[in-house]
Amino acid sequence: MGYFVDPVLVLVLLANFFLLGTSRLRAIINGTALQGVLLGILTLLVHHELSLRPVLIAVGTTVIKAIVIPWMLSRAMREAAIVHEVEPFIGYILSLMLGAIGTGLALLFVGTLPLVPQHVGSLLIPTSLSTVLTGFILLTTRRKAITQVAGYLVLENGIFVMGLALIEALPFFVEVGVLLDLLVAIFVMGIIILQISREFASLDTTRLSALKE
Amino acid sequence: MAEALVLVPLAFALLAFFEPSTVWRRRILPFAGAAHLVLTAVALSRPSVEGLDGWLRLDSVGRLVLGFCSVLYFFASLYAPGYLASHPDRPNRVFCACFIAFIGALSLVTEAHHLGLMWVAIESTTLATAPMVNFLRSPRALEATWKYLLIGSVGIALALLGSLFLAYSALYASLQPSLLFDDLVRDGGHLSRPWLRAAFIVLFVGYGTKMGLAPMHTWKPDAYGEAPGMVGTLLAGGLTSCAFLAILRFFRVSSAAGDAPFAENLMLVAGLFSMAVAAAFMARQKDFKRMLAYSSVEHMGILVVGIGIGGAGVFGSLLHMLNNGLTKGVLFLSAANIHRAYQSKSSDEVRGVLRRLPISGALFLAGFFAITGSPPFGPFLSEFTILNAAVSSGRYGVAALFLVLLVIVFIGMGATVMTVVQGKPSERAAATDLRDSLPLVGPSVALIALVLMLGVYVPAPLDHLLRDAAASLGAPP
Repeated sequence: MGYFVDPVLVLVLLANFFLLGTSRLRAIINGTALQGVLLGILTLLVHHELSLRPVLIAVGTTVIKAIVIPWMLSRAMREAAIVHEVEPFIGYILSLMLGAIGTGLALLFVGTLPLVPQHVGSLLIPTSLSTVLTGFILLTTRRKAITQVAGYLVLENGIFVMGLALIEALPFFVEVGVLLDLLVAIFVMGIIILQISREFASLDTTRLSALKE
Repeated sequence: MAEALVLVPLAFALLAFFEPSTVWRRRILPFAGAAHLVLTAVALSRPSVEGLDGWLRLDSVGRLVLGFCSVLYFFASLYAPGYLASHPDRPNRVFCACFIAFIGALSLVTEAHHLGLMWVAIESTTLATAPMVNFLRSPRALEATWKYLLIGSVGIALALLGSLFLAYSALYASLQPSLLFDDLVRDGGHLSRPWLRAAFIVLFVGYGTKMGLAPMHTWKPDAYGEAPGMVGTLLAGGLTSCAFLAILRFFRVSSAAGDAPFAENLMLVAGLFSMAVAAAFMARQKDFKRMLAYSSVEHMGILVVGIGIGGAGVFGSLLHMLNNGLTKGVLFLSAANIHRAYQSKSSDEVRGVLRRLPISGALFLAGFFAITGSPPFGPFLSEFTILNAAVSSGRYGVAALFLVLLVIVFIGMGATVMTVVQGKPSERAAATDLRDSLPLVGPSVALIALVLMLGVYVPAPLDHLLRDAAASLGAPP
């Protein structure tokens, strides 16, 4: 099954570019949900045999990353009645270019690191770094709180891919803990988003500027 | 025992969450604090505390952080009910549950000996504190909470990435990657160097964000400025010390791998930079709670500088962690009284605190002298130890810069503190009915007494523990 890992990773990378190039919040939420599904599939693919543990992790990942969290974000979007990201700090084309350069650098950088034999030539670690970078770009250059949360989610997805390279090392309990913490974090962020939208009648985080030197 | 330190607070948190009465709910807090203090005393009196197949183990550094955080938490929990009573209109269910759950998560951080478990525990402390920062639900509090959550979560996410890099360095060395710290330290020599370095940098940035080292400190002034005083205490004393503990654990792995000089230089540069940034922003800082946040940035810098210097600096740094945490308790709790009496935290409006609130004002002033390293308070002793270590290891440049930055901070912080405590209070401030009383000043009096004690006399068991902890981090005994 290891044969299908790289094609799925390419889809994860394509999802990154899709996220960087779109302004519609609905599309951004769907993009992160798609990544969630892909991560669930990857979890099954990287394990050598199908036992209970990978199946549980795959199901848990898919449910949390592709259903629960996108649902929470959609709810926040409906509640705040916003559809589009407005004027990001850097444009969509520039974001895409940064993403492309970052992916290229990730490939080069990983080439210089020592890798265990089964990861040499695999896209696993470059995809991880490139996805982390995509998350960073979304987090730092977008104005809407929902897009920033989506960026955080993409960042976590990138780290999850790195975790797949270490399936033998990570105990079940830690993987579950990480997923639960992510869920609670997004839940708390969702609550704060709703409070921001009520208080400021906007989800534009540039309005959050009372506190500065 | 190891599990009880985590589970008992969680049980109290559930109790508080389901307690129907608002009044009784806030009264649970001191009981939870006292219960944790008793459990900690029992745990520290035992020669070894272990649980979950070695995943939980209290080593000397963990004992140190657990012990002092439990004391600080106890005093913060004594202060909390009075504060909550002064805001009867704010619902306190989530606040109380999070306040108690926090100490459970913190205990887990100090005991966790597994890389992944420690990460989960630190993330939990962040999630437990976010609703507390947002207690007042004002637009400013919301803004602070949003920044705190987002920046903190990204920092923690990076720390997870760094932990995975470290795991990969073990995997590459074809070690059975158990991810228990003791195993990593034992096999340190075999870890893959490039991955280890990448791991240390990413971990240092990640947990450094949590600690509030510059330039990842931007959440700090906002969160400390808007959070209730006892929450500021928990953040400045507890949460940041936990993040420091995490960095120390990884530093130990790095030293075991023979890469200590790299880690030490990184820490020296980051620490001095934090001190410089804090000194720059502290000058003319009118908001005295934000000023305390910059002071926290400065002292986090001092902690990592101490480790970076090595030798006796490690001992000084560990002692300074205690001194800084306890003194921050005095400062945040007395600042909270001042804020409540004046309904303002700007030095433009707050004047004459020594007349309006004589005891809180005196405590705030004493806290200022203590935190800026004036004798006979504890921070003087620990800062002096670090400075001495820098000189005796021949790092004269570091020592000079360290000293100059301390002086700049003293002047900058002193200007604001003196404006606030001296002069005549405005009529508006005299009109509020808050007066110094035992519940308001008692916890800070106890804390400043501890800080004073640490300045003149370090009790033998504590001294022993500090030496053990410093030795475990590679300092010569």
